[in-house]
Amino acid sequence: MTTDLMVNGQAYSLNADPRTTLLDALHHHLRLFGTKKGCDHGQCGTCTVIVNDRRINSCLTLACMHDGEEIVTIEGLGNPSCLSDMQRAFISHDGFQCGYCTPGQICSATAMLREIEAGWPSHVSEDIVAKPVLTLDEVRERMSGNLCRCSAYPNIIEAILDAAEKART
Amino acid sequence: MIPFDYARANSPAEAATLSREGGTFIAGGTNLLDLMKLEVVNPRKLVDINRLDLATIEETPEGGLRIGALVRNSDLAANIRTRQSYPVLAKALLSGASGQLRNMATTGGNLLQRTRCYYFYDTAQPCNKREPGTGCQAIGGATRLHALFGTSQHCIATHPSDMAVALRALDATVEVETAAGTIRSIPLADFYLAPGDTPHRETVLNPGDLITTVMLPPAAGDRQAYRKVRDRASYAFALVSVAGVLRMEGSKIGYAALAFGGVAPLPWRSTAIEHALIGESPSSALFSKVAGELVADAKPQEGNAFKVELLRRTLIAVLSNLTEDAP
Repeated sequence: MTTDLMVNGQAYSLNADPRTTLLDALHHHLRLFGTKKGCDHGQCGTCTVIVNDRRINSCLTLACMHDGEEIVTIEGLGNPSCLSDMQRAFISHDGFQCGYCTPGQICSATAMLREIEAGWPSHVSEDIVAKPVLTLDEVRERMSGNLCRCSAYPNIIEAILDAAEKART
Repeated sequence: MIPFDYARANSPAEAATLSREGGTFIAGGTNLLDLMKLEVVNPRKLVDINRLDLATIEETPEGGLRIGALVRNSDLAANIRTRQSYPVLAKALLSGASGQLRNMATTGGNLLQRTRCYYFYDTAQPCNKREPGTGCQAIGGATRLHALFGTSQHCIATHPSDMAVALRALDATVEVETAAGTIRSIPLADFYLAPGDTPHRETVLNPGDLITTVMLPPAAGDRQAYRKVRDRASYAFALVSVAGVLRMEGSKIGYAALAFGGVAPLPWRSTAIEHALIGESPSSALFSKVAGELVADAKPQEGNAFKVELLRRTLIAVLSNLTEDAP
């Protein structure tokens, strides 16, 4: 079946079996290799992309369900000659070791900061009615859907806090 | 995944037509696609309902909330009315899954998610829920996630939802549009079926029934809590959870609703212990007594016997927190 996708501002017409997940469509059909497959069951967050401004696991959704929708992958956030603030922060804080989970971490963190900006509370917010404040515990909780088996967490968290600080100033 | 046909419904009537032709509804898909990849569930046809106009949250004239079935878990948790008037629901939602999954998962789909019993997920194992009549390997097996209450000799799986536990304590009602186009209103108390000898039947829904709305009455208690105990601090299913909604009248407990997750095939509630609390002054002796009464009926397995004491202590902690600044 045919599905029209807008990925990183570019229109694609995908012709694929309905079983094709958004992840497989991006990686195998559109050959955008930045989005990675980890568990393929929504447990690791490595395949995180941003669909209609929301971060989701691209492995747990079918490409055909996103006809006409806007998708942003790691390639859409920036490129080597023009990095996003979050990408630059991951490099300057050494927020990775093997790098496999990094595209998912960066897509997730980029959208997560917008969720905080929109005032969404989290499981660790002391007052769920008040506007949330970005703390170490808030980042840990809100990024719990992204695993890093190299365990680069301390530097990932520093990178995110740094990018958030830069966005504020 | 086994091949399937895909169709998108643009109206409830179209959804009904497609479902009459043997379609299975897909909304967020976070649980269904996972099960389809493992070939635990094998629909012949998927009916995508994501474009139906069922994603709004509205206040009702009675002061309650009308939640569309396609409202995403993150939107329901972030809604200011939920946070102000139903904090038990916001907290339950925020304690479930991850940020990415909450952005996809819907209110209706969350109610219908399947158990995370390891044997249900493993197609090499017999399972009465997956293949009726084949047996239950969980009984006498690994049971860390399994139930203490409401089980049968055919199934001891738990319902995994946090949201449904909070909704049970808030006396929610589920509105359903049948394939014939009629509307049914089902209290959540009557929505789930105990496993008995038909553990593959989990709700009272018939084929083609579409959940359209979850209705909340005004909260009967202003003191609300959701406490979840799990194997890691975030992004894990409950070993035990307690949803509490309570109101004080002077120095006495005027109202109490308590629902429990991770311990039964459905969101568990004990009206007996609620009645034992009402009209009493809060005290640790009272809380110990009712918590003891709750767990007296538990039927644990070897691997989940620790949950009896865990549940007892979690309930005492929740009741203490809910009443700590009471007059």
